[in-house]
Amino acid sequence: MSTLIIFIQKAIAQGIGMLFGATGEIITEKSGNLNLGVPGLMYMGGIAGLMGAFVYENGTENPIGIVGVIISMLCALIASGLGALIYSVLTITLRANQNVTGLALTTFGVGFGNFFGGSLSQLAGGVGQISVAVTGATYKTKIPGLSKIPVIGDILFSYGFMTYFGIILAILVSWFMFKTRKGLNLRAIGESPATADAAGINVTLYKYAATVLGGAISGLGGLYFVMEYSGGTWTNNGFGDRGWLAIALVIFALWKPINAIWGSFLFGALYILYLYIPGLGRSMQEIFKMLPYLVTIIVLIFTSFRKKKEYQPPESLGNSYFREDR
Amino acid sequence: MFKDSSLHIAARDSIAWWKAWLIRLIAVFLSLIVCAIVIFGLTKMNPVEVYKGIFDGAVGTSRRTWVTVRDTMVLLLIAIGLTPAFKMKFWNIGAEGQILVGGAATAALMIYAGDSMPTPVLMILMFVASLAAGMIWGIIPAIFKAYFNTNETLFTLMLNYVAMQIVTFCIVYWENPAGSNTVGIINSATRAGWLPALGGLTYGWNVLIVLAFTFGMYIYMKYSKQGYEVAVVGESQDTARYARINVKRTIIRTMGISGGICGIAGFLLVSGASHTISTSTAGGRGFTAIIVAWLSKFNAFVMILVSFFLVFMEKGAIQIASQFNLNENASDVITGIILFFILGSEFFIRYRIAFTKAHK
Amino acid sequence: MVEAVNAIELKNITKRFGTKVVANDKVNLILRKGEILSLLGENGSGKTTLMNMLSGIYFPDEGQIFVNGKEVLISSPKDSFDLGIGMIHQHFKLIEVLTAAENIILGLPGRMNLNMDEVIKDIQALVDKYGFEMDCRKKIYEMSVSEKQTVEIVKMLYRGSEILILDEPTAVLTPQETEKLFAVLRNMRADGRSIIIITHKLHEVLALSDRVSVLRKGKYIGTVNTCDATESSLTEMMVGEKVSLNIDRPEPENPREILKVSGLTCLDNEGVKSLDDVSFTAYGGEILGVAGIAGSGQKELLEAITNLCPIAGGTISCVSEQGKEVVISGKSPEHIENEGIHIAHISFVPEDRLGMGLVASMDMTDNMMLRSYRDGKGIFADRKKPKALAESLINKLGIVTPGVSTPVGRLSGGNVQKVLVGREIAMNPDILLVAYPVRGLDINSSYQIYNLMNEQKKKGVAVICVIEDLDVLLELSDRILVLCGGRVTGIVDGRIATKDEIGLLMTKGHKEESHV
Repeated sequence: MSTLIIFIQKAIAQGIGMLFGATGEIITEKSGNLNLGVPGLMYMGGIAGLMGAFVYENGTENPIGIVGVIISMLCALIASGLGALIYSVLTITLRANQNVTGLALTTFGVGFGNFFGGSLSQLAGGVGQISVAVTGATYKTKIPGLSKIPVIGDILFSYGFMTYFGIILAILVSWFMFKTRKGLNLRAIGESPATADAAGINVTLYKYAATVLGGAISGLGGLYFVMEYSGGTWTNNGFGDRGWLAIALVIFALWKPINAIWGSFLFGALYILYLYIPGLGRSMQEIFKMLPYLVTIIVLIFTSFRKKKEYQPPESLGNSYFREDR
Repeated sequence: MFKDSSLHIAARDSIAWWKAWLIRLIAVFLSLIVCAIVIFGLTKMNPVEVYKGIFDGAVGTSRRTWVTVRDTMVLLLIAIGLTPAFKMKFWNIGAEGQILVGGAATAALMIYAGDSMPTPVLMILMFVASLAAGMIWGIIPAIFKAYFNTNETLFTLMLNYVAMQIVTFCIVYWENPAGSNTVGIINSATRAGWLPALGGLTYGWNVLIVLAFTFGMYIYMKYSKQGYEVAVVGESQDTARYARINVKRTIIRTMGISGGICGIAGFLLVSGASHTISTSTAGGRGFTAIIVAWLSKFNAFVMILVSFFLVFMEKGAIQIASQFNLNENASDVITGIILFFILGSEFFIRYRIAFTKAHK
Repeated sequence: MVEAVNAIELKNITKRFGTKVVANDKVNLILRKGEILSLLGENGSGKTTLMNMLSGIYFPDEGQIFVNGKEVLISSPKDSFDLGIGMIHQHFKLIEVLTAAENIILGLPGRMNLNMDEVIKDIQALVDKYGFEMDCRKKIYEMSVSEKQTVEIVKMLYRGSEILILDEPTAVLTPQETEKLFAVLRNMRADGRSIIIITHKLHEVLALSDRVSVLRKGKYIGTVNTCDATESSLTEMMVGEKVSLNIDRPEPENPREILKVSGLTCLDNEGVKSLDDVSFTAYGGEILGVAGIAGSGQKELLEAITNLCPIAGGTISCVSEQGKEVVISGKSPEHIENEGIHIAHISFVPEDRLGMGLVASMDMTDNMMLRSYRDGKGIFADRKKPKALAESLINKLGIVTPGVSTPVGRLSGGNVQKVLVGREIAMNPDILLVAYPVRGLDINSSYQIYNLMNEQKKKGVAVICVIEDLDVLLELSDRILVLCGGRVTGIVDGRIATKDEIGLLMTKGHKEESHV
C-alpha cells in the first residue's frame, strides 16, 4: 500500500513538469506553430528562476520564501517568454522554417541553462554549490492540515502549490480554448490562418501572443523541476529528455489540455515504473525507461490509423502564414 | 509589427547570387558582434581577444585543427545523410538516434570481434553493421509514414530516445571498469577496431569517407533516376503517383539511405574519433546537422562551409569557457545565436521589403 | 430629387504583382445602393483581384475607394467588415472541423464567455427569416458544397454586411441550386442590400443583374444596363472583338472500340461510392465529353482509368487494333508492361496541372522527364531527349517562356497547360484523357487546346474530356456522358442534345438529397 502511494506521488511529481510544458505547447500549436524549442525553453525557465532566487537569497540577510517564489516565477516567465519571442520573430515575422528554428532554440536554450547552471558559482565569484534552500522549501510546502489525512492526504494533498497550479492552469486553458470567443479564434488560426484572417482576426497578434504565452508556460515546467522536484538545486542536463516528453504528451493528449493532465500522470508513472518492478536487472530497467516514448509512438501510429478529423493536429501546424501568398 | 499596410512585403522572383551571399555574410557578421558582446559581458574579455581566443581554440595547434576538421567532417556527413530525406520533405529529426545505433553496432563489433579478425575485414564489417543499424532506424518511421501517413517529425524524434535507452542498455554489459557506468576507451591497448591513419594523417580516413559520400550524394541527387524520384515525391505526391513513381518504396528507400549514412556517422564517431560509446556520442550533432542541411539549401559545397563555421565557433567557445573556468555549454549558446541570425537572414533573401506611402 | 449615394465607388484602382504583371490597370467601378451588379470578364481579367481589394486581402498600389460616399482605406479583412462589406470567395473560407455556427461567429467581438446556445438561437432566427436550409451544429466537413455556400452567405448576413460580393457562386451548383441562390439574392436586394456578383456566364448576368460592368485583361471596359445588353454585345465587350464561338467538330472517321468500361465502382475515403456501376465504351476517332456538376465522379473516373485510384468493382479493358481485348484494371503499370500486353498508351491531362501533371518548381526539361525518366538502362536518367522535346514544344505550340530551364510554375496558366498537353500528346497516345482543359485559359489558348484535341481525334485517338462549360462541351464532343452522384445518367449525341436535356440528367437522382 505504502509503495503504491509513493509510486503515485512520484509519478505525479514527474508528470507535472511535463504538464506545464505540454499545456504551453498546446496553446502554441493551436496557433499553428510547432515549437520544437520547448526543451530549450524549459531549461531557460528553470535556470532563470534559479538565478533570480539565488541573487535574491544571496543578497538578503533573511530571505523570505514567498518573495523568492515570486521573483523566481517572474524570472522564469520572462526568460522563457523571451526565448519564445525569438522563435516568434523568426517564424512569424521572418517566416523561417518552424522545425529548424525550434531545434536551434533548443540548442540555444539547453546551452543557456547548462552554461549558467554550470558557471553560476564562478560568475558569482566562486560561492560554491548553488542552492536556494529557502525558496526551494517554500515551493515544496505541502497543504497544511489536509496533507496529514492518511492515504488521501498523501495522494491528493502532499504536493507543493505548483502541482495544483499546473492542473488548474490546464483546466483554465481548456476552458479558454473551447468556451470563449478568443479561444475559438485561436483554434481557427491553427486550422486555417487565411480563413481566420478573412474573418477579421488579427492572425499575427494571436500567433505572437499564443507562442510567447505558451513558451512562458512551458518554461514553468523547468522551474517546477528545479524548485519543487529538485528542491532548488541545479544539475547539468538534469532535466534529461522531459522537454521532448512534453512534446510527446501534446500528441498523446490529442491537443486537449484536459487529456494532458491525466496523460502527464501516466507519463510520469511510465517514466519511473522501472524502480517499482521488483527483480528488474539494471539492463531491464533501461528497457523500461523506453516506455513513455514507445507509448507515444503507439499513440502516434494509432491516431494515424483512425483518420478522425478531431484527432488530427491543427491543419496549418508547421506552416507560416503570409496574406499575399496565394 | 502586427500590421503590414505601411510595410510592403513581396516575394522576390529571383535574387542575384552575390546579393544573397552578401545578406548571409551580413547576418554572420552581426551574429559575431552579438556573440562578442555576450562573451564580453560574461568575461570582460576584450572583444578582439575573444576572437583571438576562438581562433586559437579552433585552429591554434595542429592537433586542434585536426579535431576541428574531424568534427566538421562528421557534421557534414550527417547533413549529407539528411539531404535526401529533406529533399523528399520527410522531416528526419531522428539523426541523433540513427547515429547512436550505428555507433552502438560499431562498438559491439569492436568489443566482441576486435581481436579475432584482421583490421580491413573488421573495418568493413563495422562499416556495414553501422550502415545497417542506421538503415533500420530510418526505415521504421518511413514504413509507417508510407503506409499510414504517421507524422514522421514526432516519430523520428521519439526514436532518438529509444536509441538512447538501447545504448544505456548496452553500457550495462560493456561497462569498463565495472561500476563506472561508462564504457571507457575500447581496446585502448590493442587499438583493435580503431580507424587507422591514412598516409600518416590520423583522421585521413574520416576525411576521405565523408568527401566520398558528399560527392556520391551530389551525383545521386542530381543525375540518378532515384534522385529524380526523390525530388518529385518531395514536391508533390500526387504528381509522383501520376508519374508512376512508387511513392511508398521511394519513401522507405530514401529513409534507408538517410538513416544508413547517419549510422556511418556513428561509425566514424566511435571507431574514428572517441573510441567509446555513450548516450552523448551523437551530442546534438543530429539536430545541428538538420540546421546545416536546411541553411545550405542542400548544396554540398555550402554544407562544408557551414559545418566548418559552426564547429570552428564551437571549439573556440569551449576554449574560452575553459580559460575562464566557465561551462563549455557556452558553445551551444554561441551556436544558437549564430543560427538565429542566419535563419532570420533568409527572409531578406526570399522577400523584398518596400515602404509604401500612406494613402491619405 | 435626391441623388442616391453609391454603395461603392472605385477610382483608378491599380494593382501589380511583381514588376511584370498588372492585374488591374486604372479600374473604375460604381455599385449603386440596392442593386445587383454583375462584374463580367474572362478568367484572368482581374475580377477577383479587384474584389479582393475591397475585402482587404490585397492592398491597391494606386487609386481610391469610396464606400457610401466616403473615401476609405481598406488594409485588412477587418476594415472591410467594419465597412459592411462581405465577400464570399470561390474557395470557401470555412474551417472544416468547426460547426456552422462557430464559423459564422468567428472573429466577432462579444462577451469573453461564449454561450453557443444563445448564438445558435440568433443565427437560427436569421436562417428562418430568409428561408435558408442550414444546420447550425453540423460540422463543415460533413456538408455538401451548396450547404457550405449557405453558411458563407448566412455568415455575411449575420455580420450585418450591407454590401455582398460573390465570386463565381454558381460554378459549383446545380441549375436548381442556382435558381434558389438567385431567389435569395433577389430577396436581399429587396431588403436594400447591394450585391456584386462575379461571373463569366452571360445567361446568369442577363437573368439576375441590374447593371453589368466589364473588365478585360485588367482594364475597365464599361458598364451597361442589363436591359440594354444582349449576349453578343456583352461577349464583344468581354473579348474585345466579335469572335466566332463555333468550335470545329470534324466527323469521326472509322471509329473503333478502344476502351471498354463496365460496372466500374470506386469508393472514397469514407467508403461512400464515388463511382457507381459506370459502363461505357470509348471509340478511337471521337471525342467523348463528360458532363456533371462538380464532384460527381469525373475525377475518379479518369483516375480509375489511369490506375491512380483503386477500384472496388467492375473492369476496364483496352481493345487492340486486331480486336483483342485485355483487362487493364487492377494491374500495375509494371505488371502490364512485363506481361507484354501493352495495347494502348493512355495519356492524361489532370485537372490539377501544377499539383499533379507537372512539378511547379522544376523546369520544362525535368517536367518532360516525368513520363520518360525510366527510359534507358542504368541508374542515371537521360536528360538529352527530354530537353529536345521541351525545345520542340516551345516552338510548335508557341509556349512563352524565358527558356527550358525556367520553372514551369512561373509560366502563365495558358503556357502551363500547353506544356502539359504538349507532353502528353508527344507520348503518341491511343487514349487521351483531359480534365478541364481550358479552365483559367484565355480564348486564344482555349482554341489552341481544342484544336490539339481535334488533331488527336483525327489521328484516331479516343479522346475523353471533362469540361464544365456545357456550351463548349456541346460544340466539341461527338458524344456526351453525363454523370450524377457517381452514376451514368445518360450518354447523348453531342450534335443533337440540348443544354436543358443535359442539365436535367446532371441533377437526376440528386433531387431528394438536396431537399433533405
